Amino acid sequence: MALAEPPLGRTTAPTRPAPQKVWVERIPPIWWVLGLFLLTLPAYANDFILFQVFGWTFILGMIALSLMFLAGYGGMVSLIQMSVAAMAGYMVAIFGTSGIAAISMDLPWWLYIPIAILIAAIFGTIVGALAVRTEGIYTIMITLAIAAAFFYFTRQNYTIFNGYTGFNLVVPPQLFGIDWRQPVPFYYLTLGWAAISYGVVIYVSRAPFGLALQGIRDNPRRMAALGFNVTAHRVAAYTFASVIAALAGILLVWQNAQIAPGTAGIPAVIDILVIAVIGGIGRPIGPFVGALIYVLLRTFSPDVLLTFGLSGERFKLLIGLGFLALVFFSPDGVLGLWDRWRARQARRGDPLTGEKGE
Amino acid sequence: MKAFVTRHPTWSLIIGFVVAVLLWLIFAPWTEGMEDVLGRKRVFLNAIFGGVTLGALYFLVASGFTLIFGLMRNVNLAHGSLYLLGGYIGFEVSERTGSWLLAFPVVFVVVALLGLVLQNQVFRRMEGEELRQTMVTIGLSVVLADIMLWIWGGQSYTIFAPDWLSGPMTLPIVSGYRSSGEAVMLKYPAVRMAILFAAIVVGVAMWLILNRSRLGMLIRAGVDDREMLAASGVRIQYVFLAVFGFGAGLAGMAGIVGGTFQSLSPGEDTRFLLASLVVVIVGGMGSIPGAAIGALVIGLAEQLGLVYAPTYSVVFTFLIMAAVLAFRPQGLLGRA
Repeated sequence: MALAEPPLGRTTAPTRPAPQKVWVERIPPIWWVLGLFLLTLPAYANDFILFQVFGWTFILGMIALSLMFLAGYGGMVSLIQMSVAAMAGYMVAIFGTSGIAAISMDLPWWLYIPIAILIAAIFGTIVGALAVRTEGIYTIMITLAIAAAFFYFTRQNYTIFNGYTGFNLVVPPQLFGIDWRQPVPFYYLTLGWAAISYGVVIYVSRAPFGLALQGIRDNPRRMAALGFNVTAHRVAAYTFASVIAALAGILLVWQNAQIAPGTAGIPAVIDILVIAVIGGIGRPIGPFVGALIYVLLRTFSPDVLLTFGLSGERFKLLIGLGFLALVFFSPDGVLGLWDRWRARQARRGDPLTGEKGE
Repeated sequence: MKAFVTRHPTWSLIIGFVVAVLLWLIFAPWTEGMEDVLGRKRVFLNAIFGGVTLGALYFLVASGFTLIFGLMRNVNLAHGSLYLLGGYIGFEVSERTGSWLLAFPVVFVVVALLGLVLQNQVFRRMEGEELRQTMVTIGLSVVLADIMLWIWGGQSYTIFAPDWLSGPMTLPIVSGYRSSGEAVMLKYPAVRMAILFAAIVVGVAMWLILNRSRLGMLIRAGVDDREMLAASGVRIQYVFLAVFGFGAGLAGMAGIVGGTFQSLSPGEDTRFLLASLVVVIVGGMGSIPGAAIGALVIGLAEQLGLVYAPTYSVVFTFLIMAAVLAFRPQGLLGRA
């Protein structure tokens, strides 16, 4: 069939192809502006903005990015990502240094970070292997149940996870003579890892594995008939997403300097889904947009609410109502709103010449 | 049942054996050696009865959840919020009027009305978009939880049972022997036995309605093939409304029950949402007998776990769920 169809691209292409652009030239200018802005942010933002707002945004964005990878490319909405991140955080506290000297093993950083990522990835893979036996809403239910089991288990287990109190004084190692928990280094640390995760997700989504995964999302039976191992691809997607979530989890435990069962409690698990959906689960940039909106709301809504004479504790109501409104009117998130606005602008045409856009 | 025995002789033998051992452990007097291994019989009996009554409560919450899911393919993640809302309203009603029994019809009507509004105004607009419905219910549960925190605050409430249900009742089961050789009968809180009784009545009534009435016929037909039922002239939206209202009202009433023998506080909504999730996953989606069996298994596992391995009682629940998922993903009584 594919052979009989006329190659669409060639019929419309000009006879003399334009000279091939270098990959640097193909990056849209908005990305250069954004990159420059993020890199120079420490020059004009205070420490609170850097550490609390942007550091947290990048971390939550990475966890939501791992959910976006599973949901957007794999069609599997997994609520386990926050638990995987917390698992990595716990492993950093257990194998590294923390205030609980009885449990922590004080291994060097080049040992405990790989161990933490490995264990979190194994955890995520096992959960994924269970979850891929189900589809659609069942996956949500099962991953939610496992996430809750993880929360209750960490709260009740004192020998490994130190129960209700968790671990405190978990700080990043002093590498290259820099205290990575200072606002500016931590900002660049989170920015760097967020950028790497974003790039890797973009890369994987265009690599054979990611394309096969998207094919499985759209039609698992056809992909199985073509000889792809559907289950193996899905489980591998969980593993890949777990690694991103684990990286974010390590950064999260360093930012808070502590980890407790509440880090991966049900509200936190739900928040990750909310972030991914607010941003839009169609594209990898969505989770970061959603995380920025969430963090801004979370940080500044008490002040806004107080100015309107309401109690500052009602920010959850605000987030919940915003989420509801968004799901009602734009199921593909803020990015979907943006896309539709752009499309309408293009239809309307240029205001000066009256020419119609593409 | 007969068909099950002929199809799975080994499994029915194993299940029958386990049930027989449990019944023997409950009714037979324990010897010294058994008490050494298993501890006091009274402790064991209390765990069993605690598990069964907890299972009864789980069943009350989960049966509405599974019914809604079975018919409308809608995972209502706000179900736990309906439970907690019902509990709070029941607390207010029983405090103001002094009548525990009056709280039940009031809560049923109020929460069922809320359910009707939800079904008619929210879920009907996004029929067939399962993921979006699930997201909306998540958003609703966040909003409802915060509104309830706003109104009732963070402290925990307990609804007091009426006088005729307070205090223990004696059951015809021997829990131990005095040194004189006289048998001691098991004493158990009367209100819990009433809850167990009520859950059984509700379960049997639901089964009868589903299998013996015209409405039940419509619901079962809707579970099997929604489009065909609608095409044959049934106003399926009314069936949906009835089921959603009933399921929501049942969750609300379960809130009163839960508030009576446990307590009501923020966070209970997710706890019971989770319990219903696990019960429904274990029992099978959309099956009322499945919900009953799942609730019983999870309740027993939780209470026996609490008595014999206190740190890991949650893990038992989880292990049961994982085992069911691994060997029978559609649930014990679910259809493939």
